[in-house]
Amino acid sequence: MTVIPMIKHTAAEEALFEAYDASGAKSADRDAAIASLKTGGLPTRRIEAWHYTDLRTALKSVPAHIVEASSDAAPLVEGSVDLALVDRDVARGEVASDDAIGKLNSAFATKGALAMIGGSVSDIMELQANVSNGANHLSHSITFKDGASATVVERQLGEDGFATAVTDLEIGDNADVTYVITQQKDLASTHLGQINISLGADAKLTLFVLNAGGGLVRQEVNIKVAGEGADFQLRGVNLIGDDQHIDVTMDLHHAVPNTESEEIIRNVVTGKGKGVFQGKIRVAQVAQKTDAKMACNTLLLTDDGDFSTKPELEIFADDVACGHGATFTDIEPSYMFYLMSRGIPERDARALLIKGFVDEIVEDLDNEPLEQAIVGVIDAWLDKNG
Amino acid sequence: MLEIKNLHARIEEDGTEIIRGLSLSVKPGEVAAIMGPNGSGKSTLSYILAGREDYEVTEGEILFNGENILEMDPAERAASGLFLAFQYPVEIPGVPTMTFLKTAMNAQRKARGEDELATPDFIKLVKEAAGKLSISMDMLKRPLNVGFSGGEKKRAEILQMALLNPHMCVLDETDSGLDIDALKIVSDGVNELRAENRGFLVITHYQRLLEHIVPDTVHVLYKGQIIKSGDKSLALELEANGYADIIDQAA
Repeated sequence: MTVIPMIKHTAAEEALFEAYDASGAKSADRDAAIASLKTGGLPTRRIEAWHYTDLRTALKSVPAHIVEASSDAAPLVEGSVDLALVDRDVARGEVASDDAIGKLNSAFATKGALAMIGGSVSDIMELQANVSNGANHLSHSITFKDGASATVVERQLGEDGFATAVTDLEIGDNADVTYVITQQKDLASTHLGQINISLGADAKLTLFVLNAGGGLVRQEVNIKVAGEGADFQLRGVNLIGDDQHIDVTMDLHHAVPNTESEEIIRNVVTGKGKGVFQGKIRVAQVAQKTDAKMACNTLLLTDDGDFSTKPELEIFADDVACGHGATFTDIEPSYMFYLMSRGIPERDARALLIKGFVDEIVEDLDNEPLEQAIVGVIDAWLDKNG
Repeated sequence: MLEIKNLHARIEEDGTEIIRGLSLSVKPGEVAAIMGPNGSGKSTLSYILAGREDYEVTEGEILFNGENILEMDPAERAASGLFLAFQYPVEIPGVPTMTFLKTAMNAQRKARGEDELATPDFIKLVKEAAGKLSISMDMLKRPLNVGFSGGEKKRAEILQMALLNPHMCVLDETDSGLDIDALKIVSDGVNELRAENRGFLVITHYQRLLEHIVPDTVHVLYKGQIIKSGDKSLALELEANGYADIIDQAA
């Protein structure tokens, strides 16, 4: 006889398990995912990947009922094409033991966007999920065929919701893709996102992640640079105020020779905001001539705010260029003096500098309407929190 | 217009006294030059006028149009019509030059109770002023001063001066780092702004700049005090004989 020691479940965990019991969609994989959560519970800081985001403690409650995600807000960029959410048979199979988002999503998700994109698409495509007053789980799968060129915006909206969203991106050889995740939920919302990417030969992906809302947020970015000549660019902006907790955790795997990657994360922390960036770069032994750079810059505006950054390099190849750096600064006094000496009042000068600090990396998108729309979201946040 | 009376100031951090009883006045329409050897307090004076926080005024006052500006923050001083052209303008990444110019112009207009500029009017003003200083619109699309050459930075300072239309212009070593051609463009820009109701305080090391921007008065600053004042011939005398004679006389 095997005795499985059961931990005492938290209120949030109980609510999740009850929701699963009531769920109409069950399968062996889903059962396994829930069973694994029942045994171990949600991850705590003792699980390394969750050290700075103790989900078990932080997640106080989960709405008991599942709601549909709506997609009827105006698109971020006018004229965007809607990527519809459809019923999907999501069979995620076995997920890693510390992959709590994968398990939750695997247990619950029955819908998501499903797209196969080829050729050169000039219109921006928007995948919108508004989760309000309930729980919702979506699993998206987007394949970019060889040589495709496209821009997709994944937009996370909602009030007082609990959501998981797992996106699988398959990017073919020679494809050129811009993928933007904007998360603008209210402070009562919990958002657990995960994007899993495979990047083909000579393909380029620019991934932009903007967090401008949400009470408890974790966005995981898992990427395998799988084809020679591939180029992965990540730009992240985390705007953190009130008592928000925002976590961006990246696991980047250079699996083949001659690939490039660069990550620039810019964080603005005010109020009692707490932020996390974990950036792990793994370079396989065969992945010679990898060129990987990572930077995490934080503007810490209050003493009560807090940001933790953890870079990790795991390099098995001997002929690579890998670097990382992290900075924490307050607003530069010489910049303030210069702006004020031109008649710009203190408050406006500060706002201009905070905006400049994050706007700088939005420019890397190299798509004017998209840049303007993102800057618009940033401005709205700064107006409210600056 | 500008009256500095018995000014004493020190570096806030370590208490080093830099300005030690400086008195000076500049009338409307006057171009006053301040010359002096390294370390005499020239740049410090410009920073104190503009209101930089790192200095503490321990004695004396600075009156600008009759008002004591020591109580004002840098933005209020600027809005009241004071402008400092920096010796080393800072590079501010992420802030586009045009956005900065518009914010500054509108902030000053707002402080004076005027309406904000409409975008087409603003662009027209900038184009006109930039053209005179050989500044391309491409340069103005870049982040503020970022990647500008030394000469471009100085021209951008004069552009700001022209657009902000101040009553009193303080130029801190505007000639440093300029080649002959750039010096001419910058000086022409300054000369064009000379007006009956506008004063200038031109801080410089060298007589060279004063050949282009001809001063009405010249003051020698040494160890935080004006030790000699005269007309433009004083600058020529300094150029020929150096500071030593005047310093000896004052001692």
